Amino acid sequence: MTDDDFLAISRRGFLSVSAASASAATMLRPGVAAAQEEDTSALDRQMRQVTLRINGQSRTLNVDTRTTVLDVLREQLGLAGTKKGCGMGQCGACTIHVDGRRELSCLSLAVAAEGQEITTIEGLAGGGELHPMQQAFIDNDAFQCGYCTRGQIMSAIACVQEGHAADDAQIREYMSGNLCRCAAYPNIVAAINQAKTQMGRG
Amino acid sequence: MRPFTYERPTSLRDAVALAQSSGAAHVTAPVQYKGGGTNLIDLMKLDVMRPTRLIDITRLEGERLHTVERSEQGVRIGALVPMARLADMADVRRDFPVLTDALWLAASAQLRNMARLGGNVLQRTRCPYFRDTTYCECNKRDPGSGCAAKDGFNRLHAVFGTSDQCIATYAGDWGQALIALDAYVEILSPEGSRSVLFADLHRLPGDTPWIETTLAPGELITGFVVPGGPWPRSKYLKIRDRESYAFANASAAVALDLEGGVARDVRIALGGLATKPWRATKAEAVLRGQLVTEDLAIAAAEAEFADAVAYEHNAFKIPLGKATIVRALMELTEMDA
Repeated sequence: MTDDDFLAISRRGFLSVSAASASAATMLRPGVAAAQEEDTSALDRQMRQVTLRINGQSRTLNVDTRTTVLDVLREQLGLAGTKKGCGMGQCGACTIHVDGRRELSCLSLAVAAEGQEITTIEGLAGGGELHPMQQAFIDNDAFQCGYCTRGQIMSAIACVQEGHAADDAQIREYMSGNLCRCAAYPNIVAAINQAKTQMGRG
Repeated sequence: MRPFTYERPTSLRDAVALAQSSGAAHVTAPVQYKGGGTNLIDLMKLDVMRPTRLIDITRLEGERLHTVERSEQGVRIGALVPMARLADMADVRRDFPVLTDALWLAASAQLRNMARLGGNVLQRTRCPYFRDTTYCECNKRDPGSGCAAKDGFNRLHAVFGTSDQCIATYAGDWGQALIALDAYVEILSPEGSRSVLFADLHRLPGDTPWIETTLAPGELITGFVVPGGPWPRSKYLKIRDRESYAFANASAAVALDLEGGVARDVRIALGGLATKPWRATKAEAVLRGQLVTEDLAIAAAEAEFADAVAYEHNAFKIPLGKATIVRALMELTEMDA
């Protein structure tokens, strides 16, 4: 979408007002206002400007309210490391860190992510060195096709940081949200066991 | 997904005012609250839910929405507490293991970080005919259209609480723990707040399966109160097609207060088997005040399942459900608590 398109939508009044001013208006006659506005069956697309914090950088973007964090990363920011598997919260390929916790970017709306610190697979390595978990996946051959691997690594780091990597059984339980169609599971468990020591959580 | 407007109020009062609409039922209202969004955004992508306005409640101010409080009277849990946070609270796990078991055995670690408890109890059925809009028959999704599950592939469907209009299973786990412990749910509307028994939150499908709860459109769950306790001798046993990250084929939330092997009090609720969180009062009646033996546990399970109704593919749930009750009870009698 170009800036001209964005301004055109804004001029037509479809751009959502801020929560504060909307609240003030709606408090007057909440039921009537909502019914009139919401009962239109065909709403035009709703654009919003958002500023997201991704891998330590602020990025200001215009997004449709429907846009997921996953699609912003891949389509608008060129951060294609995060993968779209099922797009329905079932496979874990799109796992990212939000304020240090692992979440699914395919079920996260970009408009709802303002003010959160997002970390993707691209944000792990620093100073020319891989994160210990990335290195451990290589050392243990913890993938075949590699499609689920970014999600596996993001999830695995959080699994260790949460304290849910005490033994193989716990690792398997707390990594069950990351499916691997190639079934590299034994090697993924081995990689996490290696990295958790290097991460100081062994 | 269809377009929607998005609001992110910071005050509860604003949130509830923004959410008022002319919807026929809470889940079909054009304005929906968005917490973690793990169920809502999924169903919007599938075009099963079609709200035109989302009210993001995750940044609402008000400490009690976001915290867990312990007192002599029990536990109060704010509706915006993520599943993972309560699941990992060591003192709750020690005193009310059924409350934390029912969480860490549900969903995945990522989903538990996102999903809030208020929304968790409202999560909608996994009936494939409900979730797939290419099937035209679903009374829950499209009132009056029929029920494709009754004569379809109904292996995952309910054996308790069904009607001619709907046999969809209630998908949640934590609701079973709440109903077993006689919890209350706190509800806010523009008229003020009210507190109702969790047992009165969900409705049987009857002739109106699209009206899933007693919440009016725009009402907001703000918290839960689990009175009394502790219940250290409690657990959630979940039987699934795979060991982790799957919905229940049968589950039991069970709490026992044992004195010399006799059940001074017993609470049982069943999941994966019913159209709503299901309190097994008939099984409880058999056990209460009695010495809990395996034979008595079997008798209790038989009593509960006497009026279970199976469909073509889900008859296995009746023996499975009975065995789930018996195993949970026996494991609890052997537990150090």
